[in-house]
Amino acid sequence: MMKNRWGDIAFYTLTGGIVFFSLLPFLWFIDTSLKTDLEITSVPPVLVPSGSLQFYRSALERYDLLHYVKNSVITAGFTTLITLLISMPAAYALARLRMRFKKLFLYALILVSMFPQISIAGPVWRILDSLNLLNSYPGLIMPYVTLTLPLGVWIIASFFQELPRELEDSARIDGCGHFQTLWRIIIPLAAPGVFTAAILVFIYAWNEFFFALLIMTQQRYQTLPVGIALFQGEYTLPWGDIAAASTIATVPLVLLVFLFQRRIVSGLSAGAIKG
Amino acid sequence: MRFSIAARERLYAFSLLTPCFLFVVTFAFYPIIYSFYLSLHKIIIGLPALGQPFVGLHNFGELLHDGIALHALLNTFTFVFISTLFELLFGLVIALAINRSFRGRGMVRAAILVPWAIPTVVSSQMWRFIFNDKYGLLNFILYGGDTTLYRAWLADPLFAFTAIVAADVWKTSSFAALLILAGLQTIPEELYEAARIDGANVWQRFKNITLPLLKPALLIALLFRTMDAFRVFDLVFVMTQGGPADSTNVLQFYGYKKIFAEGLMGYGSAVSVFVFMISLAVSLVYIKSIGSKMLSEKE
Repeated sequence: MMKNRWGDIAFYTLTGGIVFFSLLPFLWFIDTSLKTDLEITSVPPVLVPSGSLQFYRSALERYDLLHYVKNSVITAGFTTLITLLISMPAAYALARLRMRFKKLFLYALILVSMFPQISIAGPVWRILDSLNLLNSYPGLIMPYVTLTLPLGVWIIASFFQELPRELEDSARIDGCGHFQTLWRIIIPLAAPGVFTAAILVFIYAWNEFFFALLIMTQQRYQTLPVGIALFQGEYTLPWGDIAAASTIATVPLVLLVFLFQRRIVSGLSAGAIKG
Repeated sequence: MRFSIAARERLYAFSLLTPCFLFVVTFAFYPIIYSFYLSLHKIIIGLPALGQPFVGLHNFGELLHDGIALHALLNTFTFVFISTLFELLFGLVIALAINRSFRGRGMVRAAILVPWAIPTVVSSQMWRFIFNDKYGLLNFILYGGDTTLYRAWLADPLFAFTAIVAADVWKTSSFAALLILAGLQTIPEELYEAARIDGANVWQRFKNITLPLLKPALLIALLFRTMDAFRVFDLVFVMTQGGPADSTNVLQFYGYKKIFAEGLMGYGSAVSVFVFMISLAVSLVYIKSIGSKMLSEKE
């Protein structure tokens, strides 16, 4: 079939182009992180770096990169944990129980996920300030939990909904209480959904910049995005160090994406598209 | 037990929702209301001796005559419109391209997810480097080794704005593509078969089957992208700091500057309230047209 052959060529060219443009800018940055100062500023640009790890060393030593990594791991980790613990029961109530004001709850959650962060930034800062929680992990984790709850609840609820209705009935006949039903039967069956929500919440918290910038004004508490945004050199921008830190901040995410792309896709489109 | 089964179930449902509700109220709804309150006062961080005198709607009156704020408003709308348009367009193209089974499909999907997963701060630094005036990749691609022709892209108002749009489109088209792809996969193959038998060509099939059935997915992608583009901040903060000459100043960045750089908590809160009202209006319009469909599935 002649026609199919041309279709295939067009398809592979287009797909190849899409993949190329998706990856190229970041590959260029990784490439940059492996160069030397001289190679970074050279024109024409050096394609194959000398593989010098000098920028990784200076990012670790001069900018104390590891403490940013630590702060990011702590905030993103706890945000994920707490958001999941709160989302699971909430999603269960919304997806499988009879209750009043369900619509109101859903609208409220959608609203939280929609409005610009600046509309709550000043007050959140003041609340945290009055509680002495600026520059502290809980001070950042609590707003993060709030902002990721809609995502967590929405994804987990859409997985809960797909479980058969009879589960609760048979659990009740077997003498399972409400809480046991949720904990022992529903959540294990929806484990893939919970895991999907965990990945997305983690990525959100790991990448968040706006609140981290406001709340963590002291360097020792700052997360990776804040550190990377504020890196300053003595005279010029330390591009090599920025590229090295960026690579370290991004590699875990790229690994997540390649390992769990299927789950991430299902999570992103969960509930949104079935109509 | 004194309660009926239904009443107990409702009670149980509410108790399960309580923690979620508490967080949302404390760190989202209360701050929104608090923001209204602050916007009616004159408050300067760093001058606590000033107290916080009530000034009524004075801040809003000032806002209406604030040229930079209005400029930021216009920039924000332009940004939202152009970037969303391109994201949906590229998203559609990507989705149509990979909507078939082929070897390595998972890898391709993962590859196009990479821009979405990268922290925005990182992608901003990356693009800033590509647009660099002395050794940026863009200059080299356009002008080769002739450094005398190299331009400082981010120092030019129009190019700086374009650069921010381009960086945003690069980062988020894949997200739109995935939402649209999920929509594409719900369209039954038989419809295309039937149309083919009836002699419909590619374009007719696209226009009469794909587009109408894709409408919900496109609207959802539009909703998500619009609301997200409204809060553009990281790109501006890292790439341009709102400059040059406020050409890339957007509302969220302007509000941030007023409150946290200049310490004008009262006036900045007026900006916040203003931004909130606009986004509320936009999201209500969207939710009215598509939200009921999303919600009906959750009931």
